[in-house]
Amino acid sequence: MDLGLLGQYLLNGLMLGMIYAMVAVGFTLFFGVLDVIKFSHGDVLMVGTFAGLATYLGLESVGIDSPWLQLLLVVLVSVSAMAVLGALIAKFLILPLKDAPPLNTLLATLMLGSVLRESVRLFYPNGSNPKPFPRLLPTDEWSLGTLTLRVDNLILLAAGVAAIVGVHLLITRTKLGLAIRAVAQDGETARIMGINFEWIVLLTFGLGSGLAALAGVMNGLYYNETNFGIGLLLGVIGFSAAILGGLGNVYGAILGGFIFAGLQTLGSVALPAVLPSVPSAYKDVFAFTAVIVIMAWKPTGLIAEKSSERV
Amino acid sequence: MSMQNSNSSAAPSWPLLTGVSVVGVYAHFLLHAESQIAVLGLAVGAILLLIAFSRFGWTARVATSAATYPKLLGAGAVAAVVLVAAVSYEMHFALLMLTTVLLYSTVCLGLNIQFGYSGVVNFAGAAFFGIGSYTAAVLASHSPLPHLLIVALAGLVAALLGSLLILPVLRTRGHYAALITIAFGILFKTFLEVNDALGGPQGLKIPGMEILGWKFNDNIAIGDHELSFYLNYLVLSLALCAVTFVLVRRLERSWMGLSMDVVRLDETAAATFGVDIARWKITAFTLGNGLAGMAGAIYGMMTGFVAPNNFTFGDSLILVSIVILGGIGNPWGILPAAAIVLILPEKLQFIQEYRFLLYALLVILILLFRPDGLLPRKIRNYFPGDAGR
Repeated sequence: MDLGLLGQYLLNGLMLGMIYAMVAVGFTLFFGVLDVIKFSHGDVLMVGTFAGLATYLGLESVGIDSPWLQLLLVVLVSVSAMAVLGALIAKFLILPLKDAPPLNTLLATLMLGSVLRESVRLFYPNGSNPKPFPRLLPTDEWSLGTLTLRVDNLILLAAGVAAIVGVHLLITRTKLGLAIRAVAQDGETARIMGINFEWIVLLTFGLGSGLAALAGVMNGLYYNETNFGIGLLLGVIGFSAAILGGLGNVYGAILGGFIFAGLQTLGSVALPAVLPSVPSAYKDVFAFTAVIVIMAWKPTGLIAEKSSERV
Repeated sequence: MSMQNSNSSAAPSWPLLTGVSVVGVYAHFLLHAESQIAVLGLAVGAILLLIAFSRFGWTARVATSAATYPKLLGAGAVAAVVLVAAVSYEMHFALLMLTTVLLYSTVCLGLNIQFGYSGVVNFAGAAFFGIGSYTAAVLASHSPLPHLLIVALAGLVAALLGSLLILPVLRTRGHYAALITIAFGILFKTFLEVNDALGGPQGLKIPGMEILGWKFNDNIAIGDHELSFYLNYLVLSLALCAVTFVLVRRLERSWMGLSMDVVRLDETAAATFGVDIARWKITAFTLGNGLAGMAGAIYGMMTGFVAPNNFTFGDSLILVSIVILGGIGNPWGILPAAAIVLILPEKLQFIQEYRFLLYALLVILILLFRPDGLLPRKIRNYFPGDAGR
């Protein structure tokens, strides 16, 4: 295999890993503050993509056609709308179920995911068909030998890195981040120290959901297509990535995201090369099998959750 | 059994018999209702009647009576299903729906052992159901094995494939364990879609069932009357569902059920008291998957066709919804819950398109406001009647 093709696979894998990592960071933030899994996360991402798409169509119809302005507004609307949606979900579904068994929360949010998915399918105009997502980034190409670099992909990669680093700085360097970490460590004590527990929970859910919306818009810009079903698979993948890394650990989630993308890329490149009878379509089968095997080996993820048995 | 005699004077059996008859007659009208307004009226009427009955304390009397005569309740339920089926003997669609409810109930009884008793989560119910269908498709087309044996083998294959997951399921807990089965369900469907040997996305045809020369897919002629061939499958499914039900009830009342409950409620306490956690988790997981496989085989043979799209993650969620809706851990809740979830959208055409949305909303509301389900599980009742509590 030549280097150019290898580089192409590497870039594609990095891009996927970035999107997965952004979804996984959301899962891990939510688990950190409330010890819950919000399974509707992937579908919030999908709704974010559609919100961005609708914004774009709205801007087109009123005659604003500067791609940079469009991009800015698409991202702004999508991220802020999903941040609000995420906080609303936390307020009306997840906080009321705080004392219920974890299975109930998992189920309720799984079902909420179905509600979001079905709502887009049924109520977005022609929502059951795939939608083209606009190309808002410059598509110039640079050739390095056999490797072609596209400007839009590089911008997306840089945006992803910036988003993840931004969240990291927010959590480790700001007062808000300190409050989030305090709530994650011990909600009761955080309250005694004067932290508004509910506000921090809502802000965390808003932050995670906004990040998911950004990932959704990036996913749309990367593939130039979106449909109502992308949230389920991206949600499961993000969940797998967060769990692979170890729930509650932001670095683990990022690591998990890139590992999953690596497994998928490996599955689509190496599998057909080693076993010619196995087509690259088996990449997801391979990746999920690998996740199950890794979970059997490290039951609480690669960077293990610090927990002690309360008797 | 001596308790039963001493109690019979306290709690009469007629409220139970009346209750079962009312439900049977209602099911009959629901299955036969043609117009949308009639179906909607029946659905709303049922809710109003239930509210009225519980106001007058009639439902409590039926419940007491049912607790006093558990065997009569079982026999009454079987008789009601047989009667409803016998009255609609030539209506293919009604019988198909009734059989589907019975088969889904069987799967959910299995899930109930997993979720409700031993606390093993399984979000891949539809995948194990599908494994049963595919096993039946392959074995019935390519082997001369008798079909009843194929049904049993389908259960075995589902249980065996499920046992691949035992190690990760045992080693993980909570959310981590949920991920294992979710990943397996998605893996299963993706695998079928890209696999050419098993028909890919188009799926496979399954020959109809045949036992000792009795062809299940031929209508039954008695004199001038022609009975729907679905009656064959209905009788078989009823037998499977009834046997499973008795099995699940016996399991719950035995020391095994107690051990499973302890494993679910507190693993640390269970281990302290010498209950083998792994043993009961494996038992519950394998048993539940085997039941799903057997039901899947019969369902596949009845519909004559199997494709990966029938076994999505959404279908697994519907199965879990039935268990939650009925009241987790209570096998009696499963039958009405399955009937609501499966029959109502088929009958109410205008909600057909919205059914996933409506189920999802319904389950969220139940989790928020009535987390124990429609018929919550009661504390074990070792003696018939209220006295045993």
